[in-house]
Formats: sequence, C-alpha cells, structure tokens
Amino acid sequence: MTQPPAGDGADGTPLLEVTDLAVRFGPVRAVDGVSLRLAAGPFGLGLVGESGSGKSTIGRAVLRLVAVAGGHIRFEGKDVAALRGPALKQYRRAAQIVFQDPDNSLDPRMRVGASVAEPLNAHRIVGRRSAAGRARELLAEVGLDPEFAGRYPHQLSGGQRQRVAIARALSVEPRLLVLDEPTSALDVKAQARILALIARLRADRSLAYLLITHNLGIVSELCERTAVLYLGRVVESGATSELLSAPAHPYTQALRSAVPEIDAAARPARVVLPGDPPDASSPPPGCVFHPRCPLAVDRCKTEVPRLRAAAPGRLVACHRAEEVLAASARGTLDPGRDGQPQGTG
Amino acid sequence: MPSDASPGLRLSITNLQVSFGERPVVRIAEFGLAEAEIVGLAGDSGSGKSMTTLAVLGLAHTVGARVSGSIRLDGTELTGLSQRELREVRGRRIAAIFQSPAMAFSPVFQVGSVVHRALRLHGMSKAEATGAAARAMRQVLLSPALLDRYPSQLSGGQLQRVAIALAVALRAEVLLADEPTSALDVTVQAEVLELLRELRDREGMSVLFISHDLAVVAELCDRVAIMQDGRIVEQGPTGQVVTAPASPYTAELLAAVPRLQAGTGP
Repeated sequence: MTQPPAGDGADGTPLLEVTDLAVRFGPVRAVDGVSLRLAAGPFGLGLVGESGSGKSTIGRAVLRLVAVAGGHIRFEGKDVAALRGPALKQYRRAAQIVFQDPDNSLDPRMRVGASVAEPLNAHRIVGRRSAAGRARELLAEVGLDPEFAGRYPHQLSGGQRQRVAIARALSVEPRLLVLDEPTSALDVKAQARILALIARLRADRSLAYLLITHNLGIVSELCERTAVLYLGRVVESGATSELLSAPAHPYTQALRSAVPEIDAAARPARVVLPGDPPDASSPPPGCVFHPRCPLAVDRCKTEVPRLRAAAPGRLVACHRAEEVLAASARGTLDPGRDGQPQGTG
Repeated sequence: MPSDASPGLRLSITNLQVSFGERPVVRIAEFGLAEAEIVGLAGDSGSGKSMTTLAVLGLAHTVGARVSGSIRLDGTELTGLSQRELREVRGRRIAAIFQSPAMAFSPVFQVGSVVHRALRLHGMSKAEATGAAARAMRQVLLSPALLDRYPSQLSGGQLQRVAIALAVALRAEVLLADEPTSALDVTVQAEVLELLRELRDREGMSVLFISHDLAVVAELCDRVAIMQDGRIVEQGPTGQVVTAPASPYTAELLAAVPRLQAGTGP
C-alpha cells in the first residue's frame, strides 16, 4: 500500500515526486517504501537520519545513480526510470548533486576552472572558448575569486573546494539539487558560510533541493519541510519549524535532543536511544524503531505503524504519535524564544 | 584573572611555542588541565589546536615543528625527555583519540589485537592485557566480543569507543581528544560526550577536548580556551565564555553555530 508522500502538498504537478521508492542492496532494504514530494524552487526538503537510514541512497536513486527495486520517481511528471537518450541527458542537466567530500568529487589533477567548465562542454552549453569565461563567472557567483580558476583543488581550503563543487553543479543550470551532507566535512565557520551561500543561491536561481543531513540543526534555515528517516523508512515529516519545535515521533525527539546547543536553557532533556540501529537485512517485526524506543508498548512489537496525519501537514508513523506530540509541545514550545511563537497547526 | 596554570594542575603548559622554521604557529602563555576536568580548546581550522596536541604528545617533530617552553604532567617536565622516556608517557599516561577512529586501527587486524599489543607494550602480561581489555570494553558500554572484529565490521561510534577503551585500560591520566566526534552522527556524538563525562566523574580522567564547534564544547566542557592564529585569545568557565564572550573572535565562532529554532525559516 502506498504511503502518503512527505514534503510539499501544493497544488499542481510537483517538481519531483517519489512514490513508494524501494532500493535493495542484496538482502538489505536500504530504502523501503518512501514517498516524497518536492515543489518547484525556491523550495527545500530536508532528509534527516543517522548513517544507514537510507537518506543518501534516496538522493542517489533520484539521480539514477543506484538501481531502483520498486516505486516511481517522477520529475515534472515524467517517469525518471523510463528516460532514454536526449531526454535522459536533459534530466542529467536538470538534476545535479553536491557530495559531502569535495576531495572525492573534484579531480586533483584538474585545475578548478577546468573542473567547473567540464559539464559546460559535456552538455555543449557554451562553446569551448567561452566555457572558461563562464567558469570564472560561476566561481564569482559562489563567492570565490575568479582567479581561483587557475588553481588546483589542494591549493584551496575545504570550504572553498565545496564552493567549487557547487559552482560545477550549478554550471548546467539545474532545477533540482541533491545536497548530500554538504557541510559535514567542514568546520562550523565554513559550514555557516556554505549554508548562507545555499540560501542565497536558492533565492537567486529559484532552486529546489533535497538537503541530506544527520544534523537536524542545519535544516531549520534552509528547508520548508523535513522528512525524518529511520532504517529506510520515513518515520515523520512536516513543516520544519513545527517538526523541530514539537516532534511527534520519539525518534525525531531523540535526534532533536542530540543536537548540541550553546544555550543551556534551550537544551531539551536528552532522549538516549539504547543500542545501534538494527540490521537492515533483518529488520525487527512491528515498528522497526521499537527495540530502541523509550515509549514502546506491546502493540509496537507486532503491528507496523502506518504513516498517518497526526496533525495538519504532519505525517507520523507511530502508534503513540498524539501523546508524543502533546508532550513535546508542552516541553519545548516556548513562545518567548526569539520572539517567534511557533504553533503546531 | 586567576592563573590557569597554577601548580595544582595535572597538565600545565607555560610559554609554549611551536614553530616551523622561524614561523611560530602556537604561542601559549599559560594553559592547563586539573584532575577530573574537561577543558575545551576551540578554534577554526589552522588556529593551532592540533599542533598543541602534537606538542603535548611529544610528536611535533614528526611534522617538522620545533617546540620550546614547558609542558608538565603532574610536575614532571615533558619537553626535555628523550623519545624513549616519552614513550612511557605517551599512550599510557597521556592517551589520544582523533577524528577518524579508523585511522587508529589497522584494517587487517582485529581491533582486539591492536588493543592487546598496546597494553603489552606498556608492560602488561598476556593475561593482564586480556582482562584489562575486556573490563575497559564494558566500561565504555561495549561487549568484549567486539574485540574479535575487524575495524570495517564496527561503526564509527563503536570504533571511537574502542579507542577510548584503550585509554581506560591503560588508566591514562590525561585524554587528548582531537575532534573525536566530528565524523559521527549527532546521536552517536551525544553518546561519546556522555562517556567522556562519565570517565571524568568516575575515573577522575582529565580531558583536553579539541573542537571547532562551540555548541559541543558548551555541552561538555568545564572550562574552555579559544584559540586564534596560534594564541589563546580568551579562556574561562564555559558558561561564562559562551554567554558573555570577551573576544570578537569567540563571538564569531558562536554566531556560526546553526540555531535549531531560528524561527523565521527559509
């Protein structure tokens, strides 16, 4: 049975629609029935979860970088799996990815300008001679000195290399970006600058993106909506500010409480999850989260919770979602903070 | 401001200078760790945090740096010691964990054999080493059975715990933790931070926690020193430094931490 999609529920055709996606690696169900919807830009959907939650695999499946075992991915209404020839090439242009580690995505023997110009040549977007000039413009757009075009990746800092990777992705004027942990390899100051760059680009270029991260802390300023993944499934999704201020799934609560905060008063009580995520090749029966869930009851051990609306715009796969939502709304809703009261509806 | 490097400190650094040729990359007047205290050393990439760690471990020369000044462990001067004498200190009395725990283990050996070998090198008999390794694993909340696994069969969080277990087994007095959670999931990071707190409280371990992330430092550390361009620009109790930073650089680092509830959204 198809689960309702996490993400934007806007009218009309969404830019990207993922329906009941399944990806298997041998016996491992890396992605197991995920539905997502992404409106045309400017729009951000956060995919949040731990290592092994399937978040990166979803991003790769969207770009056709891994084989899909079930479900559909539609881009502007067209089935991505069915694309061939020129239509596929068009799609490769429209959807781009930025990886966590620019060291692995940039050729160390290629000058930065050539790396940025390569997709321009491959897609014959501009002539070979004007590609170099376009590459310099792109470097300037991501906040780098155009003179960097003559340098090699190792002569740049990690944050600068990530800007180059972003410039390269932008070179073909994509409408959809998959940002796979784009700041996890950076220090906090470099991270803050990259996040600010993404915010500027989304406005300037009307970008839509999937922002993949293990840190709930970085989705709040960049993503209208967020989906929380556990063991290849969406366990909760909703408007980011609402989901952060009042999680309705105990796993979201745990993730939320694990984010370090400077302000001691803002720290919610730590929800400690015992053990590690289970083996995805033999998931536990019932709710896959139940062995680590502090709220699990007998029903959770046998009955798989369906993803259902627990509040307007909020989908949760938990038998006790209403209780969790009520408790976290009491516990962390503080209208005094930032002078921005946050509702749950 | 009271002197931080008073004689009661377990690890004390005075007038430390680490240089490459004529260029000093670390200049610390006074800094130290008391018993059962977690002190943060925070700053950007290139601020000199990791060079300070290398100097304390007596390894700065391996990257071509020269060290002058004083580094004392319980009153014993470390800077003048020979490499042979330093080996007695390094690893056993001062242990270290790093950002990538996988690099602390060889992919072709079971993690237990690496732990065992280190314990034997520091003077334990075979039986003592086996017992100490198993006990230490339980202390870091891991099953001793994991010692039979290869690094690729453990998660990053588990490997980091094994590295910490080694320090526990050797009853290290000081643990240098250089960005030990930067590569981990936030949930796993929270567990490692909790473990460090327990070791401070239960074992009286002193921890030098190096990080670029002031939010993590704020959650964990009793005191913090902020490093910029090789110098400590500010130090004090963590609560005080993060709520009322005296240095504009500290304020910059604080501003870079993402806020969970910025309120406005995109």
